Amino acid sequence: MSKPLIQSRLSILVAGSLFGLGLAVSGMTNPAKVIGFLDIAGDWDPSLILVMAAGLAVTVPAFHLVLRRSRPLFAHHFFLPERQDLDARLITGAALFGIGWGVAGFCPGPALTALLSLNGSVMLFVAAMVAGMLLHHLLLE
Amino acid sequence: MENFTPVSAIAGGLLIGLAATIALWANGRIVGISGILAGTLFPRHGDIAWRWLFLLGLLCGGLLYSLLTGQAAALELRASPGMTVVAGLLVGFGTRLGSGCTSGHGICGIARFSRRSFAATLTFIVAGIITVGILRHTSIELSL
Repeated sequence: MSKPLIQSRLSILVAGSLFGLGLAVSGMTNPAKVIGFLDIAGDWDPSLILVMAAGLAVTVPAFHLVLRRSRPLFAHHFFLPERQDLDARLITGAALFGIGWGVAGFCPGPALTALLSLNGSVMLFVAAMVAGMLLHHLLLE
Repeated sequence: MENFTPVSAIAGGLLIGLAATIALWANGRIVGISGILAGTLFPRHGDIAWRWLFLLGLLCGGLLYSLLTGQAAALELRASPGMTVVAGLLVGFGTRLGSGCTSGHGICGIARFSRRSFAATLTFIVAGIITVGILRHTSIELSL
């Protein structure tokens, strides 16, 4: 492997590790804590808002600086979504995701990170999530 | 608000923001976990190794947490097996239809001031709040 390729692969492994560590540190890998945030009528736990706010406190200025570069350090160009229009698929998809999120308290990142626990319910959730993605692929792509 | 953990929430959020910044700065990639996972299921040529490495990294991060703290991260999943499957299907299908999840829309998209990500994030948080409200505070019971 060429040196830039090794650097690129190492940096994405580091990024993934910091992301997983951040999810575990923040408590977001625990579905009960996420449901505590969504349960505004109960014993509300605002932690998730602070996780997002702290994440954005880094990414808002950092992305602005990074995207002023002509290219990333170890790739030829940035891979960015370009669409700006709001459509029914976006909103319907986000709503379906939100319902599933509320039912179990898991979104994709925390669920994958929690696979480490080898917990049967986590594996069941991830298997169903993959099945949902396959279903979307078969039906709509 | 006895379960509120502001310090660990901020520390974890900063790490997540740092991780998203490294992926964009070094590799030019947006870390949307649902998109990264979907890309390993339906790979396109030359577009896959980084995805597996990022997902492997998530597990390494979880492991690192256990090594640093001397304990496994807390995990309380209270949904029944049937509801867990329903939730997983909705999360998988919904994140593909809606082009992203909490990370891609909530952390990366909003940081790029994307209208789509603002709309999606607002939608999934409101949908989640309504769902939990119905399941926890009404007599409606879904038993699967």
